Parts: sequence; structure tokens; C-alpha cells
Amino acid sequence: MLPDNLRDHAVAAALAAFDAGATTGGKFERGELTLEIAPARIAGVCGFLKHDQNFVRLSSVTAVDRYPAEPRFEVVYHLHSIQPYGRLRLKCRLSGAKPEIESVTAVWRSADWYEREVFDLFGIVFRGHPDLRRIMLPEDWEGHPLRKDYPVTGSRV
Amino acid sequence: MSESGVPGITVLETGQTETGARRMLLNMGPQHPSTHGVLRLAVELDGEIVTKCVPDIGYLHTGIEKEFEVKTYQQAVTLTDRVDYLAPLSNNLGYCLAVEKLLGLEIPPQAQWMRVMLTELTRLNSHLVWLGTHAMDIGAMTVFLYCFREREEILKIFEMFSGQRMMTSYFRIGGLALEPPRGWHQRIKTFIDSFPSKVDEYEDLLTTNRIWIGRTKGVGRMTLEDMLDLGVTGPMLRAAGLKIDARRDDPYTSYEKFDFEIPIRTESDVYARYQVRVEEMRQSARIVRQALDGEKMKTQMEALIYHFKIVTEGFRVPEGEVYQVIESPRGELGFYVVSDGTTSPYRVHMRTPSFGNLQATPRMVEGTLIADTIASIGSMDFVLGDTDR
Repeated sequence: MLPDNLRDHAVAAALAAFDAGATTGGKFERGELTLEIAPARIAGVCGFLKHDQNFVRLSSVTAVDRYPAEPRFEVVYHLHSIQPYGRLRLKCRLSGAKPEIESVTAVWRSADWYEREVFDLFGIVFRGHPDLRRIMLPEDWEGHPLRKDYPVTGSRV
Repeated sequence: MSESGVPGITVLETGQTETGARRMLLNMGPQHPSTHGVLRLAVELDGEIVTKCVPDIGYLHTGIEKEFEVKTYQQAVTLTDRVDYLAPLSNNLGYCLAVEKLLGLEIPPQAQWMRVMLTELTRLNSHLVWLGTHAMDIGAMTVFLYCFREREEILKIFEMFSGQRMMTSYFRIGGLALEPPRGWHQRIKTFIDSFPSKVDEYEDLLTTNRIWIGRTKGVGRMTLEDMLDLGVTGPMLRAAGLKIDARRDDPYTSYEKFDFEIPIRTESDVYARYQVRVEEMRQSARIVRQALDGEKMKTQMEALIYHFKIVTEGFRVPEGEVYQVIESPRGELGFYVVSDGTTSPYRVHMRTPSFGNLQATPRMVEGTLIADTIASIGSMDFVLGDTDR
């Protein structure tokens, strides 16, 4: 459910009208709006935001590892509307056991490389991605360096 | 059928094609001079036509985003220089603004103006390297020498300010690293006074040059819809007729107080991107001049070292997250900084323009001549450090 303090934000209200169960939380801090989205609804929500709310650009996709907390991963999407100017952050929480979420490549083609990067460095799987393979690291690399339990320095024993 | 070793490309063996045409696989890079760093393009050719192009990146991946997590906020400034090494001060600026936003810190107007001036000199530096190397790729050797003549002066100015030519780390959270050096005002004034005439010289060499026009007009076309969808930003969008510029759309560091134009072209080809960037150089020079002449610059410069207190005392950044976007010479540069309330960032993600722009390469070059590929990728102005991080 959309928190009451976010009802004044047109985008949040429109999204709630489109799919009442999609928004599970959110906040407005430092002039930036964040909406937490139920992971299963992400592709539908993004399609709506692009086509109905003018978020023509996907600026970036990234993730945050909250290890050892659960749900462990946050997948973060930054959307950009050019006219009128606006930015919006979407966040989906995924469990550490099997982090998987639907790809948004069908909504914005730019998600292709962004999601590959998150897959490569965090090990989060994007279902329905046309070409999900590592992008920064070699194909035979073990592990996902941006996870918090991956060491910063050290050698293999 | 044989595997090329590149995922996504399966090459037909010689003599086995359906059309009789010989397809071949060409590896451009990772050390090809025209790929400007370590980019590899696996290109499938039918004669001289590119039928498929698969960019392969990551050769310069250094795990910078991971490194942020083990540095203090202030130490991490030095990492940002090394991402887009042709525009270090733009990266410094984006990162510092993001952390300052988390801290709720407004830096003094003098420091803001100084930041604007140096960031615009950075844009000139970056555009000069782009123009020089882009022209050289297409065979116009002379332009390179002219561009590097002016770039050298900019690097000397950076060295004067920070002690470093490239990895300046001159912006710090809370202000600037050092007091501006004695004589800086005159030095920059002398440079910027003569700079517009230097741009005229580059234009004399290229703008009406028949070979240049032949190699760039109508080449590397892309529609605006494709570019927005594929994540392209910056001068390439402006060359396709979209008036988009973070300095205007969501001003930061006092850009709203400066008077400048956002150059627009509509042809969306290599030539239009050239025209946009050349005009941007003139506009950046205008901004530098306004900063120099501004009242803000006539006040005591000691006030700039505002950050001294927070550096000596150390600081914790309140919990939260911000996404700060600035207009780098290459396009949209976004810093997503997450704080958990400690002295080091919990997570920093850099949305870099080169990464987004490069993604559009296949769309731009597939179906065109291999020779035009060089002109097309040159017009994207990417930096591999910026792409791979």
C-alpha cells in the first residue's frame, strides 16, 4: 500500500490507481522520491511509468547488498522524465537465497547492459533478459565482487 | 558453421554462405588505435558492410565501485578522477555534490563559482581530446596538433591549481582542496581571451573541408527514439534535436546564474555531433569568462577553504541515499550514493555516460560501411575508463 504521506505525489498516486498492490512503501527525502515496488510487478509498473507517466528514459539500474540482513538485495532503478523534468527511484527487495527479478529490457532496451552489469557484479538474475551474461568480468570468473561478503583484497588459497 | 569465440556471433565459414558473399569476422580492438582505449568490437562483415557488431567491454574494469566502500568519503574523491580520466573534475563535482546533498551542506558561492569555471575548463579539455583524436581517426592529422596545443595549456592550469595535470582531485567535499594559486586569474584570462580564435582555427580546418564533410555528413545516423531507448545522453541527443542538459534542467553549483546557450542540431549524424561539440566549446569559454568576471571572484579566496574544519574533524554522513546527476562532457553522469551513517560510503554507483552511449554502437553501425564505423564510434566520444569503471 502507498504510504499516506506520498499521496500528494502525482506519480505515486497515479501508480496506486494503476495497480494498488504494486507499491509496498516509499519515502520522499532530500527532494528525491523513492517507491518500493513488489518485485513481481516491476515490469508492469515500469511499462506504465514509461507510457503513461512520461518516464521515457531509464537512467540506471543498480543494486545494494544489505548482507546479512534479509531481504538481502535491493535492486534500484532510476527513471527520468524529460518533459516535464522529473526523476524517480524504484526499489525492489530480493531475498539472498535466490535473487531473481523480471527484466525490464522489454520496456527500455537500455536495461540490457545495466542488468547485465548487476548480474555480473551482484549475481542477481533477470528473468526474460535476452542475453544475460557477464559484461565486466571474464566469463569464467567466480563470485560477484560487489556483494558484501566478497573480499576487497586477498589472494586465493 | 564455426564459433567465433564471441558470444552472439556465429560466423559462416568461407564458401558456405547462402548468398555467395564471403562473410568474415573482424576483431577491432582491444588495442585498435581508433577504439580509443581498450574496447573490442567483434564485427561480422559482408564485403564492406557491417552485418553484425558485438561490443566487448570490461578490459579496464578495476572495481572502483567496490573500492569506494573501503575509503572514507573524502579519500574516495581520488577514485572519481580515475573513472573518466579526460574529465576528472566533472567526476569530482558529481561525487562531491552527492555527498554534500547527503550532508545537507551548501558550499560558499565563491567555491561554487570556482567549481563551475574549472568544470567548464574540463569540458574544453575533454572536447579538445575528442576533436583531435576523432579528426585523426578520419585522416585529418593536423587538427590533433592544434587541439593538443590548447589542451596543454589547460593541463598546465590544472597543475597550477592542484599540482596534478590529470588526476587533480581538486574538488573536495565541502569545497576545494587548496587555495587557488597566485596569478591564476590572469593565467586563465589570457587563455580564455584567445580561445575563441583557436576554435575558429579548428573550424577553418574542418567545417567546410570537403573530405571531412564527405566522411561525416549522413554517417552514423540514429533516431532520437532509438537513442533515448538505448541510454544515449549528452551531445548525441542534442545533435538529434533534443534540448537536454542537466546544467539547465536541474541546475547545480550555481549554473542557473550563468548565461549560456545549449547548441542544438537536428541531423543526428557525425557532422551534427561535431557541430554541437564545437559550439559547446564556445559556450564553455563564455561560462569561464563570466565566472572570471563575476563579483564572486573578487572576494577573499581564503573563504574557499571552507572544508578545512570538516577535514580535520572528520565527518559522518547521515543515513540515506541520493542520486546526483550532472552534465559531464559526455552526457549524463549520475552518482548514486548510499550512506549507512558511518564515515565510508555503504555503496556508490556511477551511472557513466560512456557506458550508456556505447550500448548504442550496434544500432549505429550495423548495415553501414566498415570505414564509417570508425567515424561513428568516434562521434560517441566515450572513454573506456568511464565505461568499465
